[in-house]
Amino acid sequence: MTSSRMSAESIQQTKLVLNEVRRITTKAWNIMEICGGQTHAIMEFGLDQLLPEQITLIHGPGCPVCVTSLESIERALSIARQPGVIFTSFGDMLRVPGANNDLFGARANGADVRVVYSPMDAVKLAQSNPEKKVVFFAIGFETTVPSIATSILHAEKNQISNFSILPANVLVPPAMQAILSSPDNQVNAFLAAGHVCAIMGYWEYEAIAKQYKTPIVVTGFEALDLAMGILMTVRQLEQDRFEVENAYPRYVTREGNQTAQAMIRQVFEPVDRQWRGIGTIPKSGLGLRKEYQNFDAVQLFDLPLDDLKESPLCIAGSVLRGIAKPTDCPTFSTLCTPSHPLGAPMVSAEGACSACYHYHGVN
Amino acid sequence: MDQNKLSLQGPLCSVPINDHQQIVIGHGAGGNLTHDLIKTVFQKHLGNAILNLGNDAALLSMHAEVPQGMQLVVSTDAHIVSPLFFAGGDIGRLSICGTVNDVSMLGAIPKYMTATFILEEGFLISDLEKILTSMAQACLEADVKIIAADTKVTEKGKSDGIFISTTGFGWVSPKRQISGQNAKPGDLVIVSGPLGNHGIAVAEARGNLGFQSQIRSDVAPLNHMIAGLLESVPEVHVLRDPTRGGLATTLVEIAKQSQVTIKLNEEDILIDQDVRSACDLLGLDPLYMANEGKVIVILPEEFAEKALESLQKHPYGKQARMIGKVESSSEGNLLLKTLLGTTRHLDRLAGEMLPRIC
Repeated sequence: MTSSRMSAESIQQTKLVLNEVRRITTKAWNIMEICGGQTHAIMEFGLDQLLPEQITLIHGPGCPVCVTSLESIERALSIARQPGVIFTSFGDMLRVPGANNDLFGARANGADVRVVYSPMDAVKLAQSNPEKKVVFFAIGFETTVPSIATSILHAEKNQISNFSILPANVLVPPAMQAILSSPDNQVNAFLAAGHVCAIMGYWEYEAIAKQYKTPIVVTGFEALDLAMGILMTVRQLEQDRFEVENAYPRYVTREGNQTAQAMIRQVFEPVDRQWRGIGTIPKSGLGLRKEYQNFDAVQLFDLPLDDLKESPLCIAGSVLRGIAKPTDCPTFSTLCTPSHPLGAPMVSAEGACSACYHYHGVN
Repeated sequence: MDQNKLSLQGPLCSVPINDHQQIVIGHGAGGNLTHDLIKTVFQKHLGNAILNLGNDAALLSMHAEVPQGMQLVVSTDAHIVSPLFFAGGDIGRLSICGTVNDVSMLGAIPKYMTATFILEEGFLISDLEKILTSMAQACLEADVKIIAADTKVTEKGKSDGIFISTTGFGWVSPKRQISGQNAKPGDLVIVSGPLGNHGIAVAEARGNLGFQSQIRSDVAPLNHMIAGLLESVPEVHVLRDPTRGGLATTLVEIAKQSQVTIKLNEEDILIDQDVRSACDLLGLDPLYMANEGKVIVILPEEFAEKALESLQKHPYGKQARMIGKVESSSEGNLLLKTLLGTTRHLDRLAGEMLPRIC
């Protein structure tokens, strides 16, 4: 965004790497970047404008706000509306529409909904408001899970019984498998999300690359990182290789952060989870283990569920699976805008539709 | 028997407390408490010959103050910042500078202000005095006087500490044609310094950063700097302060008002490293963060160097830079040429600025 963002040297290197991508590309390839942070950065730097025409970047389901199910959002609204509750969430989530309302709307109607920057902030709120029930909306990929696990362990150790979470975390590898095994899959290769791999490593991806004959390259978030990830992916595709490679070695190792992984395993276990616009993916979410059920808001609150219907006009499901581009949607930038989102990908800055809306290039 | 006798010696009623440390409902009732608060707190800090008359309204002798044929410029602004005190400023300084700057954006010289204070029951009078001291300093710096003021007190919980609404009055010659509708193709865009400091300073004061930084709000009265600019370059087309919504939202407004396209050069936009790091960490974009001491100047290319020189002479404009150009396309677009040479659209801020989660 400014001169300090990228050095002259890294601008030069990025351009050289992209020249190399142009030089070696002979066929049409669809590359999906998993992570919403990467979608955001690609649009922000305008990297897509510098790629050869044959390369299409498909924006993946990696915006945790976007894939959080309608059911989870309705549960969040239902908990937030109950008296004596302080409902806490990362900021993005407040504007995501449920069936009829969002958390901002609930707040305007008197619910105590607060933005926190870390789940530990929610634990502190619970400590300083012992007469209230403080609930944290546990959304996000593997990146947010260690801090949520820490908050649970901290609450347990300090016997903070008025803190709980609404579990809605999701996992990357099962989503990649779901996309690759879909009959209308168009993805030839993945840029894996660097932050997720920093925690989880990339050993889990090796079986996926092999089974689906699909290159996977661990990629970072700066322009040069993304350009390198794209180059390594295209090289594999052109050479008919399908391996897991690491274009983000300054932060990611094959094994990842094992302490964090152990903490995640201690508190959570894989559960089937519904993804908004995609459907239920087996073992693609994290639920609290039996020993920590007393921190599970779903168990603690009475949560009636109404009939849930998405806007019939929104094509978020196809966008999140990479079958349609945001601009294919008839409501894109007309009925559906960041100020009046019909579907979740238009809400978060990481959402594919919102990133497209804010940063669409100029030809 | 004696015990039942009433003694009439000594005070039977307790004496009302008059030296409260906190605002009580009675401070807004219009009686002695109100009178004392006005005399001992408000007039002590903000007093001047007009305000101290204590009339229901201020009387201004226009002929003595204003050269004939000048136009009156009025702007009003409400201030509800939380927290009230932050690095580089407080709600008091903000309430003066915000309105002084708005009046200045039409090229006018601000002279007088009015102020309304909504105080919450229980608000510390020592905090009120700190805020008024800060307002008085800002008035002195901007050379404006508060000529009418009002105070109301709400019950505890019905407001949030203190809200301040100010109205500013200034004068401008009808020859001066400065407006958001006047950006013309070929004009250059100048901004008077680095962006986003106020927004991040307030976020830090809220405890949102989770770490300490050196970032201070840029809140400042810009009227003298702007008067200097217009004296040396009267040909300015647009002046606008990029407050809420930041540089991007403000320039989109101007592009739409003037029916032009504005193209910015990313590499020319200055952002302090601390602000950049805080924004990266929180997933915020400094181009959308609020500023309270910056001005956008749009003017014909041939006067741009002279304008830059004038701004850079002033302490608040030392880091002024040219950041972009106005082009002829009636679509009202704001475009950014990125560091990689690609071009993308910038839009208005949608709703509240929300941090991304990862």
